[in-house]
Amino acid sequence: MSTSTQTDSGIVVAKLDDLLNWARLSSMWPVSFGIACCAIEMMGAMAATYDLDRYGVFPRASPRQADVIIIAGTVTFKMADRIRLLYEQMPEPKYVISMGSCSNCGGPYWQHGYHVVKGVDKIIPVDIYVQGCPPRPEALIGAFLELQKKIGSEHIINEKINS
Amino acid sequence: MSNFFIIFEPMEDGSQITEFGKVFIYLIVGTFLVLFTLLLGKLLSPRKPSSAKSSTYECGEVARGSSWVQFNSRFYVIALVFLLFDVEMVFIFPWTTIFGAADLIHADGRWGWYTLAEMFIFIGILLVGLLYVWKKGDLEWIKPNPSLPSLPGTIPLEVYENINRATYKLRPFQTTNKTEDVQSDKPSALAKPAFKPKFVKKDS
Repeated sequence: MSTSTQTDSGIVVAKLDDLLNWARLSSMWPVSFGIACCAIEMMGAMAATYDLDRYGVFPRASPRQADVIIIAGTVTFKMADRIRLLYEQMPEPKYVISMGSCSNCGGPYWQHGYHVVKGVDKIIPVDIYVQGCPPRPEALIGAFLELQKKIGSEHIINEKINS
Repeated sequence: MSNFFIIFEPMEDGSQITEFGKVFIYLIVGTFLVLFTLLLGKLLSPRKPSSAKSSTYECGEVARGSSWVQFNSRFYVIALVFLLFDVEMVFIFPWTTIFGAADLIHADGRWGWYTLAEMFIFIGILLVGLLYVWKKGDLEWIKPNPSLPSLPGTIPLEVYENINRATYKLRPFQTTNKTEDVQSDKPSALAKPAFKPKFVKKDS
C-alpha cells in the first residue's frame, strides 16, 4: 500500500506499518454506544442482515478496548460532556464516525434546538461523516470502508520513530 | 512423586523427553508468548497518557463517592430463588420440543407418557425447593414469622427497660483544668501502657 515512504527508516518500517495497518483496519472495534434513532440503524448494521462483523467490526462494552466511537444520534449539551469523557478514555489510535445529520451538524435541530450541540465535531475530532436522517446500514458500512482507507494510509511506526 | 521433576528420561539411545517435560515446555512457551505480546504492544503502540484517560470508566459519567456501599444480604436469597425458576425454564423449553415430536411418538407410543412423567418428577423436585422457601418465608420481603433471638438469663427484661427509661442528670461540660487534676493525682497509673508485649524465650 504505502511502500513509497520517503524516510531514512527504509522499507522495513514501511512494511511494518503496512502490517500494523492491515491488522488495525481488519478489526475496528467500536464502543457499544448509541444515543438516538441512528443507533437503531447501527444495531441493524451490526446484526445478521448486514453483518458488520465480517469487517471485524464488533462492539465492545468499554472504551478501553475500542478503536472507534460511532456518534449515532442527537448530541445534547448534557450528553456532550459524557461523549467527551468517553472519547478521552479511549486508547490511541482512535477514530470517530459521526453518524447522521444530528451529530454532523445538529440535523433537524440546527436552528431552534436550544439543547443540541450543532455538530459533534465541536467537541471531538471527527474522521468520517455519514449523511442521512437516519443513514441506512449500507451507509454506515460505507463509512467503515472509508475508515479502512484512512487507516491503511497511516504511518504509526514512522511517526513514533521520528517524534 | 519424584517423577514430577524429571524432564529428560535416560534411555539406551540418548535421552527422551517425558510427559512432564512436555508440560514444562508448554509452560515455557506460554510464558514467552504472553511476555512477547506485551513487549510488542509496548514497543509499537502510540502512547498518550492523560488524567482523563486513566480515570474510572463509568459509562461516561464522572465517578464520585466510594464504591464500598452496603448491600442487603437478603438479595442473595432472592438470587437463589430466581435460580430455581431459571433452571426450571431452561430445562422445560428444550423438553417441549422433544415431548411433542411426532416421529418419536409414532415410533413408540409410550414416549409421550415417559417424557411427561420425567418432567413431572423434575418439577416435583424443584417444587420441594419452592415449598421450603415458602415455608421459610423468603418469598416475602417482610418476614411473616421472624425468629427473634431469646436471651436465657436470670435478669428479668424489666431491669434493662428501667435502665433505658431512667433519666440521667447532665453534668456541665468542662474542657479545662479537670483533666490536669486527675493526672496530678496518679501520674504513674496514666503513664502505664495498656498493652505490654511479652517475649517468651524458647531455649529455656
